[in-house]
Amino acid sequence: MSEPTSHGYQHFTVKQPDNSLSMIAEPNQHELIIEGASCASCVTKIETALKAVPGVTSAQMNFAQRTVTVTGDAEREALIKAVESAGYNAKTIEADSHAEALEKREKAEWDYYQRLLLEMSFALSLGVPLMLYGIAGGSMAVSTNAERLAWLLVGLLTLGIMVFSGKHFYVGAWQSFRHHTANMNTLIALGTGTAWLYSMVVVLAPGVVPEMARHVYFEATAMIIGLINLGLALELKARGRTSQAIKRLIGLQAKTARVIRDDKEVDIAIEQVLLNDKVRVRPGEKIPVDGIVVHGHTAIDESMLTGESMPVEKGEGAAVAAGTLNMTGSIVFRATRVGKDTALAQIINLVKRAQNSKPPIGRLADVISGYFVPVVMIIAIVSALMWLNFGPDPAVAFAMVSATTVLIIACPCALGLATPMSVMVGVGKAAEAGVLIRNGEALQMASRITTMILDKTGTITLGSPRVTDIIMAGNDSEDRALQLAASLESSSEHPLALAIVESARARDLVPLQVTNFNAIAGHGVEGEADGIKLLFGNEKLMRDRGIDCGSLVKRAQLLAADAKTPMYFAVDNVISALIAVADPIKEDSIAAIKRLQRNGIRVVMLTGDNQATARAVATKVGITDFFAEVLPQQKTDKVVALQAQGEIVGMTGDGINDAPALAMAHVGFAIGTGTDVAMESADITLMRGSLHGLADAIAVSKATLSNIKQNFFGAFIYNIAGVPIAAGVLYPFFGLLLSPVVAGAAMALSSLTVVTNANRLRLFKPLEH
Amino acid sequence: MLMVNVAGAAVIVLIVWWFWLYKAKEVGQDNTGLVIVVENGTYKPSRIRLNANQATELHFLRKDASPCAEMLLFPDLDISESLPLNKPRTIRLPPLTIGEYQFHCQMQMYRGVLKVE
Repeated sequence: MSEPTSHGYQHFTVKQPDNSLSMIAEPNQHELIIEGASCASCVTKIETALKAVPGVTSAQMNFAQRTVTVTGDAEREALIKAVESAGYNAKTIEADSHAEALEKREKAEWDYYQRLLLEMSFALSLGVPLMLYGIAGGSMAVSTNAERLAWLLVGLLTLGIMVFSGKHFYVGAWQSFRHHTANMNTLIALGTGTAWLYSMVVVLAPGVVPEMARHVYFEATAMIIGLINLGLALELKARGRTSQAIKRLIGLQAKTARVIRDDKEVDIAIEQVLLNDKVRVRPGEKIPVDGIVVHGHTAIDESMLTGESMPVEKGEGAAVAAGTLNMTGSIVFRATRVGKDTALAQIINLVKRAQNSKPPIGRLADVISGYFVPVVMIIAIVSALMWLNFGPDPAVAFAMVSATTVLIIACPCALGLATPMSVMVGVGKAAEAGVLIRNGEALQMASRITTMILDKTGTITLGSPRVTDIIMAGNDSEDRALQLAASLESSSEHPLALAIVESARARDLVPLQVTNFNAIAGHGVEGEADGIKLLFGNEKLMRDRGIDCGSLVKRAQLLAADAKTPMYFAVDNVISALIAVADPIKEDSIAAIKRLQRNGIRVVMLTGDNQATARAVATKVGITDFFAEVLPQQKTDKVVALQAQGEIVGMTGDGINDAPALAMAHVGFAIGTGTDVAMESADITLMRGSLHGLADAIAVSKATLSNIKQNFFGAFIYNIAGVPIAAGVLYPFFGLLLSPVVAGAAMALSSLTVVTNANRLRLFKPLEH
Repeated sequence: MLMVNVAGAAVIVLIVWWFWLYKAKEVGQDNTGLVIVVENGTYKPSRIRLNANQATELHFLRKDASPCAEMLLFPDLDISESLPLNKPRTIRLPPLTIGEYQFHCQMQMYRGVLKVE
């Protein structure tokens, strides 16, 4: 793979395939884990079996890793079957990767944690007694041959500790140096190395150093290595807690599924579930993959995905999502999305990706991090020179101590950790509340929103019109009028007609056969049922047919003023009823809008509806700024106009019609219902229909941003104050010079503090409602 | 003392040159697959030359157990991936236009650059 070149560098090769999609998975590529392949000859067998699958263009097995990469237009299930027919087992890498990767990662982290603790104990077992000896008044000076011999022994023991407990610092520092980069390892290696070398010079060649400066600092080397290893171990533990949200999401995945194959129910591993498999789920069990209910009725707790606390009723034809909890009934569903395609797997991927992205606020720290370590090295040299030139005796010792302390106290880690740790917790916290934040930029922008545009239909309202009022003109029954109206409307394609038909269905009213159906464009419909003439439509239609609507006209005006659409229904040319249809406002829209307004956000409503309906809805929900009769393509113009006024604009829509406006806004919020949401279409996706998600998203963003700022403040102040004090600026005034050991402890604590502060975000509760 | 000061100044100049002014040579590519080893605080190789307008595969092999090494970010390409320990992870890059694209860990202690020509 690599070969030395004439200039001493290695030539590596990079595969540049023709396909052009970014990210990890290609649509026509599958990676499978093969089980049972024990010899190299299996490779040919498996590859041949896979290549025989129609659509497969190539199959390449990596025997060492027991994985095979298959390219071509073939279904994953067909590939698994082909491998199985060749006598082996196959499973998809993606399907189990989340849970298994998490397990492996935790195991690796645990091993690393144990190793750090062991290294720490080793280093401190020498460092602590030496330090206590110094504190107790023991002499660290080297004046007699006996002292030289004793300290030489201690020096060699310290060297042992440097090799055993600090090897990773020195090797890391050297490797970075060779690559012209410098990092935390560089500082630790230089600091501890300087202290040890100086001490060894004092022991081996005391004549080189002035008599007053013949002190050894072996305890500093051992203590610093021990303390920094301890700091790393504690940080590792605290870091683990920052990814709790993603762990919880991964934990939602069921491990097995009960599928019905050949009329028998069998428990199989979740990776083996195929598309269109019939899956049975009993009460109290998790839904293993996404699907459509084909048998049974139940209530499902979807709160883990959507944040919605009320269980959702599911019957035949309803969609169920992996990771949700079946509560009451036993159901059978048909698998429609398995493995990495389930909504849960996609949410996990989205959250993971967002957790690792950085908001723009982190860029300054990134720039600083790039220069930080060399700058600290320069400060250490300048400090040493200052002590040598102007310091009191023993200047050499002061110079060495100040340089070492500067190197050790400076902490690039605190700066580097400030943003990612908070974003990790903040994005995870939002996901727990059913708010999916795409990336760090969206997170930061959301915290600055000044104006929130809400689309009316489907955002403030439910988006599906319903019959709200039936006012009878005579003594006929409501049910009879609704049945006749529904019979007529069942032939119509008008959206309002659907509301009438649905309403009749809800009352178990069976529609009658309609003849002579006629749609009168812009006015209504007519037809006959059971020999009765039916007419349904607006006031003008009734007037045109000479039908007197009487007192219903006034009622109709009142309904219209209340954001409802009134329609007249006549039987045999006599007015029978006034039926009003409206798109009801979501239960908690008013409270959520108030919550946004309380937070100082201007709320604006956009709708394609007429002025009267728009005004009625706006008044009901407490919005004063609204735009009616806005065509879909004009929504973007409204966003731009508000942006031109200097507003930071958030746009909320259903993610489909509103896509251009969502993209134009500073932050686009797609509002979803249940788990069937278009996650790719917006900066922030609300998994449940409630507008409280908006306020939650903004609250989490604000909390995360202020957490990042706290971290930055801490990290900057720490370094800005710590480095000069370590260099000795306080010495001329107060005679204060930090010990390298104190610097080591401070350094270990500083990054731990940042991670701990980020963890505080876990306690944040965005839900005020 | 003068000698010490001069030596100190020289070391400062060396630091500036070594860490900021010196540009490491890039490793080239000939379209068959590159493994980037993540170890001891570095990506090896760390400067990689790629052809413009061609999709690319990079294989990262993390041998460093430190949690710092876990995350890999390509900020300009909106890619962030966690690297499993001792197991290669393939990152597929879209065709890129001419320019330099940084990649680094979360804290920017591990750094590398793609030079697209």
